Amino acid sequence: MSMCLNRQDAKQDFLEPPRRQDAKFFLLKNDFLGALAPWRFVLVCLGVLAVFRSGRFHVVFLAALLTACAATPLRGTGDLGVVIERASGSVLIVDTTHMSTLARVQGLGDLSHASLVYSRDERYAYVFGRDGGLTKIDILTARIVKRIVQSGNSIGGAISQDGKLIAVSNYEPGGVKVFDAETLEQVADIPTGVKVVGLADAPGQRFVFSLFESGAIWIADFSAGRTPELTKFDHIGREPYDGLVFGDGRYYLAGLFGENGLTELDLWHPEAGARRVLPEYGKGEQKLPVFKMPHLQGWSLAGDPIFVPAVGLHEVLAIERGTWKQIARIPVHSQPVFVIGRPDARQVWVNFAHPDNDTVQVIDVDTLKVVDTFKPGKAVLHLEFTPRGEAVWISLRDEDRIDIYDTATLKRLGTLPAEKPSGIFFTHRAHRIGL
Amino acid sequence: MTTSIAARRLSLLFAAASVLIASSAPALSVEPSIEVSIAPGRQAQLKYLLAQDCGSCHGMTRKGGLGPALLPDNLAGKPDQLLVATILDGRTGTAMPPWRGQLTEAEAAWLVQQLRRGVE
Repeated sequence: MSMCLNRQDAKQDFLEPPRRQDAKFFLLKNDFLGALAPWRFVLVCLGVLAVFRSGRFHVVFLAALLTACAATPLRGTGDLGVVIERASGSVLIVDTTHMSTLARVQGLGDLSHASLVYSRDERYAYVFGRDGGLTKIDILTARIVKRIVQSGNSIGGAISQDGKLIAVSNYEPGGVKVFDAETLEQVADIPTGVKVVGLADAPGQRFVFSLFESGAIWIADFSAGRTPELTKFDHIGREPYDGLVFGDGRYYLAGLFGENGLTELDLWHPEAGARRVLPEYGKGEQKLPVFKMPHLQGWSLAGDPIFVPAVGLHEVLAIERGTWKQIARIPVHSQPVFVIGRPDARQVWVNFAHPDNDTVQVIDVDTLKVVDTFKPGKAVLHLEFTPRGEAVWISLRDEDRIDIYDTATLKRLGTLPAEKPSGIFFTHRAHRIGL
Repeated sequence: MTTSIAARRLSLLFAAASVLIASSAPALSVEPSIEVSIAPGRQAQLKYLLAQDCGSCHGMTRKGGLGPALLPDNLAGKPDQLLVATILDGRTGTAMPPWRGQLTEAEAAWLVQQLRRGVE
């Protein structure tokens, strides 16, 4: 019965900016509801039992259900999402159908760089914070289930194919730690000695990740149990800054900061080794300063061609997947950060690094041209499409709000207040390989 | 006679006081007047930049990320000039970009001061 989120309470909490007192107030209310839940469950069971015995099934069953959820209606989580509030260590739980905020959860530590993954039942979010914090949140009750600080400094994480393992990539001390998704007990520790980036899940209970300083890709295979089998690929290129596994789980692609091009690893044929993609790209051209490291995870769909941010050049690259041939270099407004495909892969949305981060551009995949340029507001940090892509949510850090746009008309559909919002994560990620 | 002694004593006192003030101030290679020359409005912008945009790599609490930690202890022993130059011109071979064009020399020096003081 804790599946019932009391929307009224949550909204009340949201009206106020995040403060300690409010958090306490909110938690107290939730604790109260939580305490009631078992009693409500017992009532339902008794009701159902009584009904079976008396034969008047329909009437009483309905009554029992009403008792259970009169105050807090049952709901699913498929249209929910979590928004990181990077400066206040809090997250918002949002509803994409009603374009509303349901609750704020506080006490997540340093979220200046944060990301999250979802449990496969789309009920729990595992938030990876800058300070090494791993926080499991129940998005239905808007409560922290468990929080551990597993390292000094972390960058991201992934959930295993079977949903039972959570892997976290760490900067300090460098390595990957793996936890039981249910309890957050540590399952494995894979020290690397250097910063780990681009951690993603792959089919076969594997995690794939890159080593920033040493220029390597490692595969940790958990298919045999809690002790991983490690496969290491050295000399994959200088300073891989991020990596992704495509939606079909076949390829791992690492972006390189220290040299031109990218590196691909065919997970169907890891024995073939890691191979450079477009090593000649941008050679001899003047590199522009990068005021924000780009991200690669945006293009996790199985669309073709794939689109990736260039590094140090104001371009988006369109590449044919599998052959890794360059299809187009698309000039864009500034240094791209996120290059994100709409779920139907017809549009690609791009945001940019400081100081040009007030702009968003839309690339038409059919013509490989920028078809729209607009300025939603100051400091566009992230974009997230609704599950089927009719709308996109944009976080505007310096405006303290999230704007929602219709992706067909570019009309603004709504806006929601948020404290220094950064990453936006919708629950449909739960069922995507590589997210 | 008495007045001149009093005046000398007073001037000695002032001298002593000014030495004390000078020694208690943090050692800076830039003139303190530079700090004064940055308008309060700009100071707020710089603090915001430091927290949010430097924070993307160095962490909002400056405990480090892709870039190194920038807490006072981490910067101790590194000369101001080196730090100012790193901010303005970046560091070749690393992800640290040059901020010249967005920041003046005085502003970079002011940021170094803030970092050394460990501002929240």
